[in-house]
Amino acid sequence: MSILISPDTKIMVQGITGAFGGKHAGLSIDYGTQVVAGVTPGKGGQTFEHGDVKVPIFNTVAEAAAATGASVSTIFVPPPFAADAILECVDAKIDLAVAITEGIPVKDMIRVKRAMEGSKTRLLGPNCPGVVTPGEGPDSSGGCRIGIAPGYIHKKGHVGVVSRSGTLTYEAVYQLTVKDIGQSTCVGIGGDPVNGTSHLDIIKLFNEDPETHGIILIGEIGGNAEVEAARWIKDNCTKPVAGFIAGATAPPGRRMGHAGAIVGGAEDTAEAKIKVFRECGIEVAETPSDMADALLRSAKAKGIELS
Amino acid sequence: MNIHEYQAKALFEQYGVPVPQGAAAKSADEFATALDSLPDGPTMVKSQIHAGGRGKGTFTNGYKGGVKFCPTKAEALSVAGEMIDNTLVTIQTGPAGRKVQTVYFTVACDIKKEYYLAILLDRSTSWPVIVASTEGGVEIEKVAEETPEKITKVFVDPAYGLADFQIRELIFSLELNKLEAKNAAKLIRKLYNCFWETDAAMIEVNPLITTPDDNVLALDAKVSFDSNALFRHPEIVALRDLNEEDPKEIEASKYDLAYIALDGNIACLVNGAGLAMSTMDIIKHYGGSPANFLDVGGGATKEKVIAAFKIILGDANVKGIFVNIFGGIMDCNVIAEGIVDAVKEVGLELPLVVRLEGNNVAAGKQTLADSGLPIVSGESMADAAQKIVNLVA
Repeated sequence: MSILISPDTKIMVQGITGAFGGKHAGLSIDYGTQVVAGVTPGKGGQTFEHGDVKVPIFNTVAEAAAATGASVSTIFVPPPFAADAILECVDAKIDLAVAITEGIPVKDMIRVKRAMEGSKTRLLGPNCPGVVTPGEGPDSSGGCRIGIAPGYIHKKGHVGVVSRSGTLTYEAVYQLTVKDIGQSTCVGIGGDPVNGTSHLDIIKLFNEDPETHGIILIGEIGGNAEVEAARWIKDNCTKPVAGFIAGATAPPGRRMGHAGAIVGGAEDTAEAKIKVFRECGIEVAETPSDMADALLRSAKAKGIELS
Repeated sequence: MNIHEYQAKALFEQYGVPVPQGAAAKSADEFATALDSLPDGPTMVKSQIHAGGRGKGTFTNGYKGGVKFCPTKAEALSVAGEMIDNTLVTIQTGPAGRKVQTVYFTVACDIKKEYYLAILLDRSTSWPVIVASTEGGVEIEKVAEETPEKITKVFVDPAYGLADFQIRELIFSLELNKLEAKNAAKLIRKLYNCFWETDAAMIEVNPLITTPDDNVLALDAKVSFDSNALFRHPEIVALRDLNEEDPKEIEASKYDLAYIALDGNIACLVNGAGLAMSTMDIIKHYGGSPANFLDVGGGATKEKVIAAFKIILGDANVKGIFVNIFGGIMDCNVIAEGIVDAVKEVGLELPLVVRLEGNNVAAGKQTLADSGLPIVSGESMADAAQKIVNLVA
């Protein structure tokens, strides 16, 4: 198994007629993902074509879901309209909305997050690379690729990866794959201050997933999401976990004013987060080159087989 | 995006937040007119730069204090002459300091007591938070550390907005008298409206003051805005002061490159913000010092790589360059061609280490090798980082 999505998952793409959305919808189709619908208001009835594959386009998310059974949407809508696109998924009771869009105003996300409370829909992102459950074909094809991650670097297996950053996720995945260690699901939760799904939400799903044997948790400075996840891991997670925090050298002067330091608390620096990781039994990757090895160290210490 | 104090106070006035009467001047010629608009008597002269610690700052010509109290307007005129066009160094500006290009005159108010008030996003709840304290005019980090009980926070539900009971909670925590409380309640309501309607990232008023006649005023104002929301606030964009920004950062933004200058000597060119941050980290890990953060983004073209090279080489401190690219979707060979073209165009004389990984990487490495240029190839991030650190050492 895997978390959030499986190779059977049917997905729609909001913004499929844009250059970026169209390109990545095509790459997902190539990967073997079931892209069953596109949504572009005003272009309902048209078709998105990629090779021999023809994807019907609808005016609304609700229509697309009703006609095709798509349960997940990928959002490539430009920033001024992206919050509305997410709310449309909530209204249509879509299971999972994955917002790739970078640059959504914080206030829009504050409102969206509040509006989503108690709703059926889970949001991943925004400003995230998406989520990949690798398949069994060559270069991990036949899996489900939602978003913009390179599919071919993956390999089907048993490590869960969760990160705020796209390229750091790829870095970790690639390190695993060249060591012949596969992944169950790789999740980018996005780099914005207000996002849908947290590190902890994903860690809980990995913990419950019998196919996930080990976890790589990649974080950054700012906020306390990594610390929250680490404390939960200490009390609840028996699987090996490796952690990395980016931004140890980020200049403090570039943080938001003085008041941010109070509200963020004392635990939002890289140093503080790494300290908490160690206290919680997470094997810390000393450098970004060390992420896969750190997980191997942790697995070995716990006597758990990763591949 | 940050704005100056005088701009922030003009914005406060638009929203009905009381501030001391003031007038800004952008050159010595404008001092007299600005001072004429203020009543006679004690006057404050405040250097306008985007950095804190102005009061305790020193000008490079030796003059002390970027914020001065003057008993008369005549004295204010002469003090302003010391500040304008001179460079002010504060704990937040770094040793280079900032040139003062605007001076702000305000009426010097009688202060009964100083308080602290700020509004910003609370990341753990994803709600706006209002922070208030009886300890104003001092470093709020210190208050948070030493006497956290003196800080009150209320979290504003974005579905309903700021409730009256929450304003009362803040007011009671500030231990104000009846008239002060009434005035402070109005001020907090209006300040919150200003925060919400302008897409501000943070508003900080330190100090907020009470006067002997029980008025409540924002004596200082620090406001920054969410840059993602500027597209819907042309009136805020108009307040941008390019003099306050690093010219290299402005140049980078033209090419959609995210660049932040640092004080080290190894320039970095990376794709992706997380990878760019960790590239800086790994340089430090192996004993080097990064000269910049530079994210060329996911869709790096040859033109972008060339522009990025020119920007990082514009920093005189740079002694070596580290290019770290994980080409997921992006073709590594396109990046390699961009690097080769850039090196040929700018005539590079510094050591350059390139670590390429990902899509079409073999062709990319071949392009670098065939170029005949002295480019050092790194196998992993760790390997490449060690190589560049050794080359500049």
